[in-house]
Amino acid sequence: MSLFSLLGAVEIGLIFSLVALGVFISFRLLRFPDLTVDGSFPLGGAVCAVLISTGTNPYVATLAATAAGAGAGLITGWLNVKLKIMDLLASILMMIALYSINLRIMGGPNVPLINDPTLFTLLQPEGMADYVARPALLLVIVIAAKLAMDWFFATERGLAIRATGSNARMARAQGVNTGAMVLLGMAVSNALVALAGALFAQTQGGADISMGIGTIVIGLAAVIVGESILPSRRLVWATLAVIIGAIVYRFFIALALNSDFIGLKAQDLNLVTAVLVTVALVIPQIKRKLSARRR
Amino acid sequence: MLSAKDLHITFNPGTPIETRALRGMSLDIPAGQFVTVIGSNGAGKSTFLNAISGDLSVDTGRIAIDGEDVTRQPVWARAKRVARVFQDPMAGTCEDLTIEENMALAQQRGTMRGLRGAVKAAQRETFRERLATLGLGLEKRLTDRIGLLSGGQRQAVSLLMAALQPSRILLLDEHTAALDPRTADFVLQLTARIVAENQLTTMMVTHSMRQALDVGQRTVMLHQGQVVLDVAGEQRSRLDVPDLLQMFEKVRGEKLADDALLLG
Repeated sequence: MSLFSLLGAVEIGLIFSLVALGVFISFRLLRFPDLTVDGSFPLGGAVCAVLISTGTNPYVATLAATAAGAGAGLITGWLNVKLKIMDLLASILMMIALYSINLRIMGGPNVPLINDPTLFTLLQPEGMADYVARPALLLVIVIAAKLAMDWFFATERGLAIRATGSNARMARAQGVNTGAMVLLGMAVSNALVALAGALFAQTQGGADISMGIGTIVIGLAAVIVGESILPSRRLVWATLAVIIGAIVYRFFIALALNSDFIGLKAQDLNLVTAVLVTVALVIPQIKRKLSARRR
Repeated sequence: MLSAKDLHITFNPGTPIETRALRGMSLDIPAGQFVTVIGSNGAGKSTFLNAISGDLSVDTGRIAIDGEDVTRQPVWARAKRVARVFQDPMAGTCEDLTIEENMALAQQRGTMRGLRGAVKAAQRETFRERLATLGLGLEKRLTDRIGLLSGGQRQAVSLLMAALQPSRILLLDEHTAALDPRTADFVLQLTARIVAENQLTTMMVTHSMRQALDVGQRTVMLHQGQVVLDVAGEQRSRLDVPDLLQMFEKVRGEKLADDALLLG
């Protein structure tokens, strides 16, 4: 693999580590199986690309995309908490709705960003190649997001969100408004995913309606890979594990797709991801069975 | 203090499995009193407790704590006034969180949860002191996940947690029922101590007549969703388990078939 494709894999890995952090919040901290991300990732891309291509400052566009993601998460949470729709179904409804909403926002299946300014062109230092500058800037963003998450989930409010996911009945008995905590957690989770979508659109030359397909599985794969590389229940380590998981996962995907002898093509990406997640989910069960038999 | 008036709760109304769990249940508990509640399976003990905590909403009736009507308040809003220890040791604590995080969560019961750090250094000292009173060595394990503790240890921590923040009433829901006899005894002693030290108004539901008479100042017996016996003071101190049993049979008009009440 060339340095160029290696940096490309790191770049995408870093973007998807933001998705993975979002998925970590919903699946692990809140225990809310949230498929909204398949819609909020392209939502972030769509909002950002449309705003930039109509002349909005890329900083504002990225922030607006993030806020749009938070809104999508809020609605999924609201469907579940207030309308009592099952969590998984609520998120599927939102995901489907977002497909139409994203098409409306973009006014078509895609919005290209070819010669428009982006966060990356604005912040690229003189004399640094763009394929180096992009991962460097993304690394700064990802570390900032990780530290912000570590801080937030150690605050009183953050602890209340974690308690809600771990034992909602106990949390309520301790005076936690668990419904509000689900809404807040879902908003933060999908804001991160939409931020990733906005950054993805700015590095990949535009937003596309199909860019969200399989986002949830890739995010979940990153979380699972990270947890098996660095198993820890402490939040500070868990968030780091998730980021490493996303990068390692993208690295191996790039490796597999670049190795001619395996014969995989880019279109096999989602199949490979699905197989990998299945294997990662089954391994702990097999381990448990084996250790039970030994006893 | 606590005033429950004419509470009615019916499960599955209008169906063949309709159950009238509470049928005009009324009870007043003055401040500082420790009341034990007994009754056979299906008498409405747990339903009554869940109605007070807000886990179940009543069909009709009125619940007031400190004169304020809380009948329609959700659980989390009532938590400002109500502390609770569950029957299942796993239910009262968050197994994924550490001991200190669980205690911090309880310390913030009824307060506005903001963006300050959840576990503060000064709190840690308090937590350590309180845990040390248990004599279980837990004061050295503040950052251990609470899921690593045994059921009895978790129940003991739950009791400490209930007393971290002042509350108007403490609800104990057969909180020793899931423990082995020795641990149950330890937790019961601890309960009596914590209630006395903090002068808590307490309602303890129990399956054991022995327990019901040994702790507290007043014993209430439920049957078919109503109070059928209410003893306190001298009258109660003269009672023993067989007397209670006799009274119980009298109200039911039949021989007691529920062994669980006799045990313990």
